[in-house]
Amino acid sequence: MKPINTLMTALGLLALGAHAAEAPFPSTYEPLPSQPTLITNATILTGTGERLENASILLDGGEIAWVGSGDAPANAVTIDANGGWVTPGIIDVHSHLGVYPSPGVSSHADGNEMTNPATPNVWAEHSIWPQDPGFSRALAAGVTSLQILPGSGNLIGGRGVTVKNVYSTSYQGMKFPGAPHGMKMACGENPKRVYGQKGRQPMTRMGNVASYREEWIAAQAYLESWTEYEQKVADGDEEAKAPKRDLKLETLAGALKGDILVNMHCYRADEMLTILDLADEFGYKVTTFHHGVEAYKIADELAEAGVCGALWADWWGFKMEAYDGIQENIALVDRPEGSCAIVHSDSSEGIQRLNQEAAKAMTHGRRAGLEITEEHAISWLTSNAANSLGIGDRTGTLEPGKMADVVLWNGTPFSVYAKAEKVFIDGALLYDRENPALQPVSDFELGQLQEVN
Amino acid sequence: MHPVKFAFAALAATATLVAQGVAADAIMIRNATVHTMTEDGVLENTDVFVSGNVIREIGQDLPVPADIRVFDAEGRPLTPGLWAGVGAIGTVEVSAVEESSDAAEQSLDMRPEFDVSTAYNPNSSLVPIARVEGHTFTLLGASGGGTIINGSGRVVALDGGYTSFYGDPVLFIDLGGYASSKSGGSRAGQWMLLKQAFDEAELKSGDDGDGVLTRAGRAALKRLGDGGKVVFGVNRASDILQALAFAKRRNLDAIISGGAEAWLVADRLASAGVPVMLDPLQNLPSSFDSLGSRLDNAALLHAAGVTVIVDEAGSHNARKLRQMAGNAAANGLDHEAALAALTINPAKAFGVDSQFGTIEEGKRADLVLWTGDPLEVTSVAERVIVNGKLDSMKSRQTELRDRYLVEDPAMPRAYVK
Repeated sequence: MKPINTLMTALGLLALGAHAAEAPFPSTYEPLPSQPTLITNATILTGTGERLENASILLDGGEIAWVGSGDAPANAVTIDANGGWVTPGIIDVHSHLGVYPSPGVSSHADGNEMTNPATPNVWAEHSIWPQDPGFSRALAAGVTSLQILPGSGNLIGGRGVTVKNVYSTSYQGMKFPGAPHGMKMACGENPKRVYGQKGRQPMTRMGNVASYREEWIAAQAYLESWTEYEQKVADGDEEAKAPKRDLKLETLAGALKGDILVNMHCYRADEMLTILDLADEFGYKVTTFHHGVEAYKIADELAEAGVCGALWADWWGFKMEAYDGIQENIALVDRPEGSCAIVHSDSSEGIQRLNQEAAKAMTHGRRAGLEITEEHAISWLTSNAANSLGIGDRTGTLEPGKMADVVLWNGTPFSVYAKAEKVFIDGALLYDRENPALQPVSDFELGQLQEVN
Repeated sequence: MHPVKFAFAALAATATLVAQGVAADAIMIRNATVHTMTEDGVLENTDVFVSGNVIREIGQDLPVPADIRVFDAEGRPLTPGLWAGVGAIGTVEVSAVEESSDAAEQSLDMRPEFDVSTAYNPNSSLVPIARVEGHTFTLLGASGGGTIINGSGRVVALDGGYTSFYGDPVLFIDLGGYASSKSGGSRAGQWMLLKQAFDEAELKSGDDGDGVLTRAGRAALKRLGDGGKVVFGVNRASDILQALAFAKRRNLDAIISGGAEAWLVADRLASAGVPVMLDPLQNLPSSFDSLGSRLDNAALLHAAGVTVIVDEAGSHNARKLRQMAGNAAANGLDHEAALAALTINPAKAFGVDSQFGTIEEGKRADLVLWTGDPLEVTSVAERVIVNGKLDSMKSRQTELRDRYLVEDPAMPRAYVK
């Protein structure tokens, strides 16, 4: 997957002049200061399927220097894990932190622009409240990166953004440098309910599909007009006139080109197969199906299409399309060769326990007779998640040269008693269970519940 | 897959068993770590003998009658059947499908006469889905959505019976920020209306009062409120204290539900002897009523002497209660206290502890044998015994699992069953 949003760069350059070569709202994230850190005596799950016992890992210059054994610089801080476990930082591909923050008051409900069934023009990042206390709770649970998505009330909900889980006064200060945008789309009950109640398309699932096709047809024409224009410019035509920018179509055209990754909220197996055909019709790729409560019914088809399934361990029954949920969903989606199973949260509580959710999914898979090791299951919340966000070349595994996004656990993370002891983002220790100074508190929570004394 | 050794002599000599006073479907569980949830604590290497719906005998090296089913637990934990929380198991099928959802009476204000147990359906798919995970009793909740007095519910055993109700009806009252829509937008209005309703219930017939309640409602509230069990849904510390004061004035047997800030008033709850049903995972200020949410709420309350009950996993995913109790244990709550929060504590709080919540001789046999620590996410229920009967361990979800576990079936999966 392309790490850079090339279409936006190109459009920005051509449409707005040379001074605007950069994509708008650029990341201002800078890794926080770090020291070389050597963690010894740990069980290490690399995220690549390996498990190392009594092993060490060196974080240096914000990157992973080596895993296993090696030399450490003289100024390295040494942490004896004392039998603790080390994993890549946890990545949640489906969060609404910041856009549906705590407290969940209506003034904060900024995740669903339900004024039109297709709003690819809206960007979740413009709704993010960086003071959401939920970021600190997720950090204490080992979450180092997350994708923040618009909600699922619309067929096309808008752009999602991938951030590093750091506190900043702006979302720009959190934005994962170079990560592609996601685009949120939704199948099924939500959009047809929202707009059906307003007496307009879509009122039915067939209305859903008709609406997607109309949007994609417009996007194809838009992309074509820009391609023609770019060709003219490349051919030296100084009279060439740039097409008018359209924020909606710009996002859709980015998805058609593969620069923006399509995240499809979809529950039912038959609807997911419809969406795969839709993607074939218009020549785009669905990166990940989200929720996919029936994904286990089409595990082979998903693996063959190279589409990830970002799933819950056990949620079901809250609506009709979630009626067939089973606890073996993740393990069954994981079963075929070439699969990409992901544990996701969609919840400010769930994001704090993705390790426990993975443990439940692993346990039920094993009970059903599937062989699943911890070193494999950790990929559901690290490397597979990173790959689905287009940042798999930067984070998600413990390999030399990758960002030092690392969690030190008090024991196996596949336990209800597991706790993240230390969390590193780009090598900087940003959470330490033993040190209150390294436990961030959002502006909102500061000074609440004062006692008299 | 099933490490428990299962021995069953098909040719049960029924006559012999009857002669011994043993039911034909009697069960012996051997060598279990028995969490009695009584003063006897945890008993190692202990046998539990079940016959005729009750726990007949608990002890070591019990004699095994011939021709009964015997399970060797090999030291694994045996607990009482777990509580499934307050919810809508049997009163909802799909939350968003209105015609399948009966837990709330939302069109009218203050209807204490709304009795949700009349909507209970033991054939709901939710019943076996909870049961195969070791949950054997629940409290049917009446939920309101701003109605203040939501109505009543009852404890029901998840044994498939149409009328497996136990204990007295429990009244549900919701207060606080989210319950203010039908009280003029202020929680002060809630206490005002609640007081009026309880006053009205005391009026003689013929006196119409303020008309807050219907006549049936007055009769119901008088009956339910007379020393009865009342669940107050409140989170903010100041609201909890209001609820305690109201319950004391009206002689109500109060239980706090929610209780996000209960730890702030733990001593007051302890001295009032009022239990708290809480979500141990709540650690975010999800509203201005719960700014004080924290992961060790359960541990702090327990340390102060408050009875803690784990709740709020919802109806479909009631099986998450175990994980929630485990998280309470991971955050300072004693392991057996966390188990009590799923067993004896709710049973006692709702007056059904003679039926549920402990492993004792003579008691209704609701038992669960676990693959490991019952609070651990990598453990599952291995065997479930409900009212003395061995559960099939089948649910709609296990059937779906088994259908899709099959690789490359020759016929469409509709034929795989």
